[in-house]
Amino acid sequence: MALVLSDDQKMIRDSADGFFKTEAPVAQHRQLRDTADATGFDRNVWAKMADMGFAGVLVPEEHGGAGFGHVAAGLIMEAMGRNLSAAPMLSTGILGVTALNAAGTPEQQAKYLPLIAQGQRLLALAADEAARHNPAHVTTTATPSGNGFKLNGVKGFVLDGHVADTLIVAARTGGDDKDPDGITLFLVDAKAAGVDVERRSMVDSRNAARITLTDVQVDGADVLGPVGGGFAILETVLDAGRACLAAEMLGVSSESFDRTIDYLKQRDQFGVKIGSFQALQHRAAHLFCEVELARSATLRALTALDARDERATMFASLAKAKSGEVAKLATNEGVQMHGGIGMTDDFDIGFYMKRARAAQETFGDIAFHGDRLARLMGY
Amino acid sequence: MTDLEGFRAETRAWLDANCPAEMRTPIKSDDDVCWGGRKAELTEAQRLWLDRMGARGWTVPEWPAEYGGGGLSKDEAKVLADELRRIRARSPLASFGIWMLGPALLKYGNEAQKKEHLPRIARGEIRWCQGYSEPGAGSDLASLRTSAILDGDDYVVNGQKVWTSYADKADWIFCLVRTDPTVAKHLGISFLLFDMDSPGVSTSPIKLISGASPFCQTFFDNVRVPKQNLMGQAGKGWDIAKYLLTHEREMIGGSDSTGGGMRDGVSQIAKRQIGLDAAILADTGLRTDIVRHEINAWAFALTMERVKDEAKAGQGVGALSSMLKYYGTELNKDRLQLLMSINGSDGLTWDGEGERDGDLARNWLRTRANSIEGGTSEINLNIIAKRVLELPGA
Ligand SMILES: Cc1cc2nc3c(=O)[nH]c(=O)nc-3n(C[C@H](O)[C@H](O)[C@H](O)COP(=O)(O)OP(=O)(O)OC[C@H]3O[C@@H](n4cnc5c(N)ncnc54)[C@H](O)[C@@H]3O)c2cc1C
Ligand SMILES: Cc1cc2nc3c(=O)[nH]c(=O)nc-3n(C[C@H](O)[C@H](O)[C@H](O)COP(=O)(O)OP(=O)(O)OC[C@H]3O[C@@H](n4cnc5c(N)ncnc54)[C@H](O)[C@@H]3O)c2cc1C
Repeated sequence: MALVLSDDQKMIRDSADGFFKTEAPVAQHRQLRDTADATGFDRNVWAKMADMGFAGVLVPEEHGGAGFGHVAAGLIMEAMGRNLSAAPMLSTGILGVTALNAAGTPEQQAKYLPLIAQGQRLLALAADEAARHNPAHVTTTATPSGNGFKLNGVKGFVLDGHVADTLIVAARTGGDDKDPDGITLFLVDAKAAGVDVERRSMVDSRNAARITLTDVQVDGADVLGPVGGGFAILETVLDAGRACLAAEMLGVSSESFDRTIDYLKQRDQFGVKIGSFQALQHRAAHLFCEVELARSATLRALTALDARDERATMFASLAKAKSGEVAKLATNEGVQMHGGIGMTDDFDIGFYMKRARAAQETFGDIAFHGDRLARLMGY
Repeated sequence: MTDLEGFRAETRAWLDANCPAEMRTPIKSDDDVCWGGRKAELTEAQRLWLDRMGARGWTVPEWPAEYGGGGLSKDEAKVLADELRRIRARSPLASFGIWMLGPALLKYGNEAQKKEHLPRIARGEIRWCQGYSEPGAGSDLASLRTSAILDGDDYVVNGQKVWTSYADKADWIFCLVRTDPTVAKHLGISFLLFDMDSPGVSTSPIKLISGASPFCQTFFDNVRVPKQNLMGQAGKGWDIAKYLLTHEREMIGGSDSTGGGMRDGVSQIAKRQIGLDAAILADTGLRTDIVRHEINAWAFALTMERVKDEAKAGQGVGALSSMLKYYGTELNKDRLQLLMSINGSDGLTWDGEGERDGDLARNWLRTRANSIEGGTSEINLNIIAKRVLELPGA
């Protein structure tokens, strides 16, 4: 598992960079926000992403995907981070596909995966209930009913929940609140009776939904993975999401960093370029080191997932924690070093800070992953 | 079996047969480190281990065999390092010659100099010290004043160096001198190699806050150095000095911060010292500090790994040595501060009955120099700002 990109991966990186820069640049992000677009992303772009093999990057070839793996998925997410491109990549291409790959029956895989790869079906993971990430905290109930279950509960922060065709819902078939045992995953049609979707627009102008389930009837064939054994699958799904979010945040960090360095080279104050002030140079140089560390941790998490390394869980937490901290630092420093103009809405740098905050909170921040790592290491 | 697997099997067998048992125990203090040289007093086991590894060229596995090296490929060298770590073997030789001078000799030395010095560095016969810093030339090294004036076939050297680590124990010095005071400061500097036993060389030790005194002031009073000991061209010493510094920085930055290898992680030590309460470290505030340190240490270790992998693949980021030096040394200081907190009043012992009493406090104090020696953190941040980020000069 060398920490270096292969020639194929470099090609994917280059094509992703080119693609998002032209098809979904920051200007598009601004436009989607300004028009309060109902979808929150451009469906054309998503269709093109499917053509490029991005939507199906994790879908195995036998189901019509590209089967490129997590490093490639991370490179796509990194390019999206650089351009703040909105698309249901994380919700559908990463989380949804990982769930189906990990636990789907052959029928479920055949039903969903090809459509996902073609960009024709959107999924969303309805797991978190509390404001702070805590995947074992599930109070949504699944009680036996007919040949399946009846779901009741509220999910607070469902990414792309407002557009999803299918929800992956974590509900309790046993155990107590916060107990990892007794959680079961379900594939739920978003249009099913009793599913209420309330769109919430977030600080980063992305979309998440609050979803209320009231006596939603699901079939036995829609159980994803073993009854009561959903937590392990959820962790697998979340770890793929965390590693890919780390990659997106890496893109956010490095773009914000590059823009800041450019600004330091062009802004005059006191008769010189502000980049000549050592007070700023040292902070910029420190930030450079931090971004490199985030890059290493992220690449290791992605390679570990591809290699099915047993430490992939640890590396996913490491990458999410480190990349999140670095994204926070890079965007805070970005706004600060831009001075007054950094505070203006006309200027793009603030968008990066907003996206960094949302991505940091999603699926655990450094406090969450620090605690998780410490537990995994026995302290 | 691939060639590499075959190499691993042979290496393992050889190490099993040749690494003395005493050399497979953790290093307890600085006294256990083998620096070699004419003045070295080695234990029987240290001597055996050094001789055996030196004879194979395995003190410098990747140097060419004709200069006393092992002639191994990067992959083979990695296998050797893995196998040494596996049996927890001590390094047979610590050496400024290996870490700093050797790479510079390989690049800038003439054939006679390579043949003369490299094999003796590899076998630990000559211990080297570094004569760079002067009282008036620290971070601004290029303003150094020690002079070397050509007189017949010799340079005559006069001046003073300071902070010369282990000058009193070294056999030879690699030294920056001014051979031309009339040109711009970077252009009049040359790189000289000479014997510390030459008439006119004297040293006096300086004690550190950690209690040790590896430091010296070094004085040169009409020291005659044969002109064939000039490395590279006269007036071109600054390029060699900088090249050598990149190696020194990588060495210092990477030396003690990965948390891997033979060392216990901070969290393991904390677990032993503080204990657990409901499976969680009994001091939750420290636990948070520790895990944040470990996240950084881990990400840093992965960065070192990535740097090596990228170098192998012919890619890489610029000014890496400055990045590794800066981040690695700051992390190492952080690590020792945490260990002091974890040990509380036990860590404050300076002199005591126990075998290791005083070690922790001394180590903590020693790490404070990590961000000073070999170029300070500030100087390395300057280098990153200028060379990598290309920010404008003041
Ligand atoms: C919300 C808001 C309200 C404001 N209200 C007012 C107002 O009512 N009236 C008014 O007149 N102004 C107002 N300002 C302007 C404010 O005073 C300036 O933004 C501030 O003085 C910084 O100047 P600048 O934006 O030109 O940044 P710059 O001077 O371009 O600075 C950019 C970055 O470089 C750094 N920098 C610059 N010089 C140095 C140096 N020598 N050493 C180290 N770092 C340096 C700065 O700290 C900053 O991080 C407001 C600004 C904001 C954001
Ligand atoms: C343990 C130890 C071992 C050493 N071993 C050797 C050795 O074997 N051989 C040898 O030649 N030298 C050795 N040194 C010397 C070392 O290289 C110097 O101490 C170092 O380069 C700093 O120089 P200085 O001490 O003169 O500090 P100064 O240069 O006086 O610096 C003082 C402070 O000012 C800061 N500063 C200086 N210039 C700038 C700038 N441009 N921008 C921002 N900040 C700046 C520095 O970062 C530092 O914090 C050793 C030092 C130590 C501590």
